[in-house]
Amino acid sequence: MATMTPAIPVTAQPARWQDYVQLLKPRVMSLVVFTGATGLICAGAPIHPLLGAVAILCIAIGAGASAALNMWYDADIDALMRRTRGRPVPAGRVQGAEALSMGVVLSLLSVMFMGVAVNWLAAGLLAFTIFFYAVVYTMWLKRSTAQNIVIGGLAGALPPVIGWAAAAGETPLNAWLLCAIIFMWTPPHFWALSLYTSEDYEKAGVPMMPVVAGSASTRRQIFIYSLLFVPLCLVPAFTGLGGSAYLAVAGLGGAVFLILAWRVLRSKAGDSPDPRVDGRLYDVRAGAKDARNLFAFSILYLSLMFATLLVEALIGAPAFMNLIPGAA
Amino acid sequence: MSEPQSPPEAPDQAPVPAQDVHKAKRGRNIALALGLVSFAILVFLVTVVRLGANILDRPL
Repeated sequence: MATMTPAIPVTAQPARWQDYVQLLKPRVMSLVVFTGATGLICAGAPIHPLLGAVAILCIAIGAGASAALNMWYDADIDALMRRTRGRPVPAGRVQGAEALSMGVVLSLLSVMFMGVAVNWLAAGLLAFTIFFYAVVYTMWLKRSTAQNIVIGGLAGALPPVIGWAAAAGETPLNAWLLCAIIFMWTPPHFWALSLYTSEDYEKAGVPMMPVVAGSASTRRQIFIYSLLFVPLCLVPAFTGLGGSAYLAVAGLGGAVFLILAWRVLRSKAGDSPDPRVDGRLYDVRAGAKDARNLFAFSILYLSLMFATLLVEALIGAPAFMNLIPGAA
Repeated sequence: MSEPQSPPEAPDQAPVPAQDVHKAKRGRNIALALGLVSFAILVFLVTVVRLGANILDRPL
């Protein structure tokens, strides 16, 4: 087709499709898919495999949508932090308005499709999760309180409940137990990370715990949360959800978790600025190694527990004990 | 929030070769087309699963 106007040279790097995928935070998405699928399978309710897959897909798209909204709103502070300045919006590869519209469209699509294809309880919980992450956490808590990731952690903890609701149409105690485990896991996990990235948060004006309360207080709070978190991980073995393999994984892993949290408490992690290599989460100076170890192990521990629950549910392994008959 | 229609051009930024712009656009278009087609197929399959049995069971 002939054109009358001369071609204007483009100087901005054009957005590739991979940039739009990056807006959805695929790594977080994969974690959400994993925990959502665990809830769906552990529910033990008959659901057509295609509808189960659609439920997981909707959870994944909903998580991606809230990540896109987060990247739109946080572009200003993302540009100031080493870990996040390469994201598509602060790097200038995708415009903020594009990220916003993508987030809104995918949010509506995932919630409506979940409601129509699966059930409206799961859709309602998914809508609440997106709202909680994008509005309550991103727009309000993140920049206003040091408790941001404690309260905001609820958004990351809800996917197993959504999965359970998708399969069973209800959310019994065991579904909320999975939610509680992720909720209590979030503070020690994130604070361990923020102990060696607090310089970044300080520069961006984000009131992360080490910035507001100092590193010693953060290390103490990590240990207190760990003392509450590890016993909570054992509870599913006594409510008819986890079997003996789960109890072993939760117990042994929990012991390692507590040892690592104790080491963080005794360490000097976060006491001095950390000259990390750009964008590499695991390269830290000697003083922050204990925090790095806890951060890395926390991911492994949670993944192992959920994987064990998933496998036990798939092979029909008997529950270790059920002290609360109505829990499952 | 108001967004500019196009980012301001930095004076020291070299023009991106037209073939790179074309390649990026083509990749985005293909990804969007695949997404839309997959979504349409998924809606069809879900409709069959959700309604199929009910249609066969309906009173004649």
